[in-house]
Amino acid sequence: MVAVPEKLSLSLTINGTAHQLNVAPWTTLLDALRDRLGLTGTKKGCDHGQCGACTVLVDGRRIVSCLTLAVMQDGAAVTTVEGLATDGALHPVQQAFIDHDAFQCGYCTPGQLCSAVGLLAEGRAKTADEIRELMSGNICRCGAYPNIVAAIQQAMGQA
Amino acid sequence: MTTYIGAATSRVDGRAKVTGAAKYAAEFDAPGLAHGSVVTSTISKGRIARIDAAEARSVPGVLAVFTHTDRPPMPSEDSAYKDDVAPEGSPFRPLYDDVVRFNNQPVALVVAEEAEVARFAASLVRVEYQQEPHATDLHHQRQAANALDGHASEQNPFLPPKPRGSAQQAFAAAPVRHAGEYSTPIEHHNPMELYASTVVPEPDGTLTVYDKTQGVQNVQRYVAGVLQMSPEKIRVVSHFVGGAFGSGLRPQYQVVLAALAARTLNRPVRVVLTRQQMYALGFRPAMIQQIELGVSGKGALDAITHDAATVTSRHEIFHRQETGWSGLLYASPNASYHHRVAPLDLPTPCDMRAPSAATAVYALEAAMDELAVALKLDPVELRLRCYSERDQHFDRPYSSKGLRECYRQGAAAFGWDRRSPEPRSMRDGTDLVGWGMATGVWEALQVPIAVRIVLTGNGHAEVACATSDIGTGTYTIMAQVAADMLGLPLDNITIKLGDSTLPQSPVEGGSWIAASVANGIATTARVVRDELLALAKRMTDCPLADAAPDDVALADGKLVSRHDASRAVSIIDAMRYGGVDRLEQEETTKFEDSGAHAHNTHSAIFAEVKVDEELGVIRVTRVVSAVAAGRILNAKTAASQISGGVVWGIGMALHEETLIDHTFGRVMNANIAEYHVPVNADVHDVQVIFVDGKDDEINPLGIKGLGEIGIVGVAAAIANAVYHATGKRVRDLPITLDKLR
Repeated sequence: MVAVPEKLSLSLTINGTAHQLNVAPWTTLLDALRDRLGLTGTKKGCDHGQCGACTVLVDGRRIVSCLTLAVMQDGAAVTTVEGLATDGALHPVQQAFIDHDAFQCGYCTPGQLCSAVGLLAEGRAKTADEIRELMSGNICRCGAYPNIVAAIQQAMGQA
Repeated sequence: MTTYIGAATSRVDGRAKVTGAAKYAAEFDAPGLAHGSVVTSTISKGRIARIDAAEARSVPGVLAVFTHTDRPPMPSEDSAYKDDVAPEGSPFRPLYDDVVRFNNQPVALVVAEEAEVARFAASLVRVEYQQEPHATDLHHQRQAANALDGHASEQNPFLPPKPRGSAQQAFAAAPVRHAGEYSTPIEHHNPMELYASTVVPEPDGTLTVYDKTQGVQNVQRYVAGVLQMSPEKIRVVSHFVGGAFGSGLRPQYQVVLAALAARTLNRPVRVVLTRQQMYALGFRPAMIQQIELGVSGKGALDAITHDAATVTSRHEIFHRQETGWSGLLYASPNASYHHRVAPLDLPTPCDMRAPSAATAVYALEAAMDELAVALKLDPVELRLRCYSERDQHFDRPYSSKGLRECYRQGAAAFGWDRRSPEPRSMRDGTDLVGWGMATGVWEALQVPIAVRIVLTGNGHAEVACATSDIGTGTYTIMAQVAADMLGLPLDNITIKLGDSTLPQSPVEGGSWIAASVANGIATTARVVRDELLALAKRMTDCPLADAAPDDVALADGKLVSRHDASRAVSIIDAMRYGGVDRLEQEETTKFEDSGAHAHNTHSAIFAEVKVDEELGVIRVTRVVSAVAAGRILNAKTAASQISGGVVWGIGMALHEETLIDHTFGRVMNANIAEYHVPVNADVHDVQVIFVDGKDDEINPLGIKGLGEIGIVGVAAAIANAVYHATGKRVRDLPITLDKLR
């Protein structure tokens, strides 16, 4: 009989709601969100931190949720794509993505959106080239990049 | 009446996609859901001598381990595994026998209560092999490749076209000529969504299959064949597809594994492939092409020969129309084609965005650029001299061809007239600047399709078809077309797709769905109009009492006389007076093609690159793509389709290459960091132009489709720009910086 690790309890505040979870130490934050909490808006595209589809905001910073274990985030505040809109009103970045057709299949989109919200909070990107560089951790295989840049520029103008 | 068709409408599924509400195949939950993890082979050819799964089975939470010796019965005949788009040969059967046909082939499935446990236990499965020598390198096997005999016909469209004239003699006699060999590597689709299936056994004995696919009814028939079930007992659902680009045309093996496990365990099972495992699905075949172009004394093409060698598997013969694009695109009295296919110990290749054209037109258009240099002629001028007014293969007119306008508008938008022809003659600071161009061509295809419209008494309509939306915008264009055809506001239209219980649709691919489903909606809408008119005529003093159906249109929520707009009955009134609160019609649209016309889309691509002279780093700073593709249904999503194709062309030209260690027959860069796809910083200014593409002949709505044409020619335009910048001609893609040394 091969042993599997004991589950540990942890608390996460996700999109403003407190959650208590029992997960094994090997469960990533991404799998905890998708499989344990049913928050499937956060996407799995590689599980290796290479594609950015799983980007969420942890305590306001954008991270790839496949490269962090859930237990490492005990006590953290997590914002996923499901938490970007408030009371049904889309976040300006979400609306800008629709306006500029900044997605096609939609699978990288939650990660792009969380990454863009994190980018705006960082305040580092001023030019289109800086947006391109600082959004390059989020791959869009449909190739919506020019529209993603235009959408972020629109949202920056409103911020 | 076109209020919506053509307008730059935002995606109707946009809100679902930006809020995370859109659900993909691995995101459907079910009580008691179990998780499968796949074990794949570490050798490329041979037999499985032994599988020891005892340790894996001993892990708490493991429910079952399936292998070729430990699985439910599977059918023994090939026909049971043939999907709608399977090529000739024997389809791969996961966990069927002990034969290893390619590296990374599935050899076991571990199913457990939790995904992490399944994955851990899968790492404990020990497999012993009897290894056999393998071959995976096209460049070593090209002499062993098998020639495709015969010529292209309606029945066999993927054979080389019939030659014309005497290309060899004309080439030998040509005063100016160019001959070159061009190679392109294996590429993988890498859709962002991992391949996944969630299979739920229902209490009534049926299966619900949530699958990542471009064709729910193809998967339905396929799973029915493999599981020996009646297709009616299988429902396949795929409302959203996280990219596919051709990889989802054929059912993938995880759907078989999930279905076998779910049926055996009688509980829902989800199987998600890893990114690494997706490199053992289909791929764009590597290709070696030899092109010879000869020019007559008049300075126009007199001879084209196009020879291609491509890759297939040992078990299936996959090929497309790799050689015919050259002789189709340009007028040349003499042309000949040869195509050889090398069977290798790899999975069967499959269609990938603009299959055959993306690679073949790259070689042709790079060769044309070299010919223009030899002739000291502007590359656009050479193409205009060889412009074909008729389909060269079948000597027939095009239903429409706007390529001349693509050259004109594309060149103007790009500023092509400011190009200095000499290589290395343009600079921006320390960067060498290169301007290149190329032509693109694709087919405008149409397929039989069925559409159901349900109109309710409140003036809302549900429009249903079992097609897919793989990100192309099918939901949106269907809603736009339906709104116009039914004369209703866009918000009153609900689209249902991606469900095998809906009216018949073939797989979504080849750029054929937009034309097919839009005209299909128009067909059914006409029948809805006829029924509404019949209902309206039950009114006393109906203003349309004597109107024939074709004299009446649906517009602004009304049946309106085409001759006298004051004669009208609202749809709501027609249904109320007719005594119905629900009206349902379903029609199948078939596209009769007499063969009198050729149907193609065209494009002209102009690209600017800047090359760091010391480091060899290439940036694509500007691309203009001018496209002639018939009527554009949605200016916004259409531009996105083409722009996305340009991004694919950038990847093809500069980044993408599946690298196999041929000693082991194993992909070395089976991940999305080392298989380079374009990222945001790789893409700069992309401008898309749609030239007027009116086509009254092709179908009633004049639609040609856009999914493929965006990529075709882009890699050549960039490669030609790199030559113009550096004076160095790289003939094997991708053009990585080491090749510029």
